[in-house]
Amino acid sequence: MLNALLSGDLPRSRGLTLILLAILVGLAFAPFLFPGTRSLNTAATICVFIVLVASYDLLLGYTGVVSFAHTMFYGIGAYGVAIMLELWPASWGGILLGSLAGLAVSIALAFVIALFSLRVRAIFFAMVTLAVSSAFMILASQLSGLTGGEDGLSYRVPRELGPAFKLIDTEILGVKVDGRLLNYYLVFLASAGLVLLLLRFVNAPFGRVLQAIRENTFRAEAIGYRTVIYRTIAVCLSAGVASLAGSLMAIWLKYTGPDTTLSLTIMIDILLMLVIGGMGSIYGAVLGATLFILARNYLQNLMDIGASALGDLPLLPALIDPDRWLLWLGVLFILSVYFFPSGIVGRLRAGR
Amino acid sequence: MPASSHPVLETENLTIRFGGHVAVDSVSCRYESGSLTAIVGPNGAGKTTYFNMISGQLKASAGQVRLFGEDITGLSAPARTHRGIGRAFQLTNLFPNLTVLENVRLAIQSRRGLGLNLLTRASALGSLIEEAEILLDRTNLIERAGETAAALPHGGQRRLEVAVLVALEPEVLMFDEPTAGMSADEVPVILDLIREIKGDRTKTVLLVEHKMDVVRSLADRIIVLHNGALVADGPPEEVIASPIVQEAYLGVRSGHA
Ligand SMILES: Nc1ncnc2c1ncn2[C@@H]1O[C@H](COP(=O)(O)OP(=O)(O)OP(=O)(O)O)[C@@H](O)[C@H]1O
Ligand SMILES: [Mg+2]
Repeated sequence: MLNALLSGDLPRSRGLTLILLAILVGLAFAPFLFPGTRSLNTAATICVFIVLVASYDLLLGYTGVVSFAHTMFYGIGAYGVAIMLELWPASWGGILLGSLAGLAVSIALAFVIALFSLRVRAIFFAMVTLAVSSAFMILASQLSGLTGGEDGLSYRVPRELGPAFKLIDTEILGVKVDGRLLNYYLVFLASAGLVLLLLRFVNAPFGRVLQAIRENTFRAEAIGYRTVIYRTIAVCLSAGVASLAGSLMAIWLKYTGPDTTLSLTIMIDILLMLVIGGMGSIYGAVLGATLFILARNYLQNLMDIGASALGDLPLLPALIDPDRWLLWLGVLFILSVYFFPSGIVGRLRAGR
Repeated sequence: MPASSHPVLETENLTIRFGGHVAVDSVSCRYESGSLTAIVGPNGAGKTTYFNMISGQLKASAGQVRLFGEDITGLSAPARTHRGIGRAFQLTNLFPNLTVLENVRLAIQSRRGLGLNLLTRASALGSLIEEAEILLDRTNLIERAGETAAALPHGGQRRLEVAVLVALEPEVLMFDEPTAGMSADEVPVILDLIREIKGDRTKTVLLVEHKMDVVRSLADRIIVLHNGALVADGPPEEVIASPIVQEAYLGVRSGHA
């Protein structure tokens, strides 16, 4: 049963199993374990980014295709929901229609990009995705009538997903059962479903071919796989899932703008998360996204505590001043790549 | 188009040029069902390049490749594989970080046309795994089925290369120096396998091989390539005995590993 749910891809390491369980329990019960707006926001962000990074792993880690357009597809999903909710405020139909429209546009665009650039050398695909996503970013900020330009769009989600809605009057474990909670569980369950779906894709015969293509494209062709078809499908699937992740983020944030969806900074974050967690494993995406977002959201707090604890010692407090958090994030990143070149998952599985 | 009226495989004036250099020069040859043809010639004669044009890795500059009488010169390598042309490579060419089992399983999966299945667990398709295990058993690789292909010693990788080819169940099997670099005790496994395929008398085998004793014991026919051109073609004793081959190649070759 569990084996089927995980598509036969068990963690194969005690340490990894424990960490994954901790993440699962932490996210599943986040509203109760970590009450408060900020921590719930962190948990929802982790859910969405796990999906986003895992869908990128389908391309980079499994197929060996480099794309810079992942945030574009993420953005298309988010803007789809945002624009539809502008048109039909607070409607479930807007959410549904927006997600589906985003999905369709993303897959169609991915297909066109793949069609025109995958046949040529792999590096060409990377360059085309970079160009198209840059153009898309400019387009999104220019078409301010539709997208709200640089300011983005703020909109209302259905009442059942907002804090004003009460499902039951009593509190559970001191937590109000309101629309905010429902919204979180919508994000959580949809994310979990998408991760399981990706896990199925990569462990199906199709996913095995992707790995073969990554390992040796020439040989994959020689044993009868038309690699361009497989790559194209992988690009489309990855874009589709990224788009759905964007839709979830749009529902959660009630805001969609270039900084939260399209920016290249997010693209780099996705890459870092994947490399830290471990490419070529969906679990790597889970670990990488979780650790990275936790570090980004709480490193500053930790450093703040540390800096004040060290009091007036020379130099040290200055070194861990909260303003230096990015520096330390960089150091953490370099250390993790140095010590775990195959990512944390690769390290855990090798060391079993 | 009855298959019997055509040879299984035929090349007609097959030619390829790299810049000004003619690597394969107008080679016309027919390969009948059930035959085993050895292709010999000095290094750089164009044997591998000739293979590459038959299996589709290289596009011919001129000439045709026909399979059961049908022109397949314009087809891609994967399309030719599905039509029944299988190829083992001179330089080992595997999926290094996938397991030995998976290397073979992928070939079986391709033959059965299951690659585009997105929703079934590959690990649940037991018949593919069983079939792969049978082949690994025949190639003495079953004990190492779970290791990565990269972890195998050279001889093991050569055997895996052959196992992958056989897994495709092609009509035409092309071996490019399958025993090169193997230790003496590893060679018989490969030769027995080729002999077994030949014994079925239903497959067509092309074998590039430098070792003359191997060629003599296996081949029904030898063709000789030199500077890309076909210079001799006939039964083994005749070709080996012919003055041109004796002097030009085989005398030099006999000591070659
Ligand atoms: N892609 C290529 N571009 C340019 N020249 C090539 C290419 N492939 C092969 N050649 C040339 O074609 C000639 C034939 O090479 P080929 O590898 O077919 O020889 P071979 O008979 O297989 O030799 P060996 O016994 O060493 O394997 C050589 O001169 C080689 O340099
Ligand atoms: Mg050669």
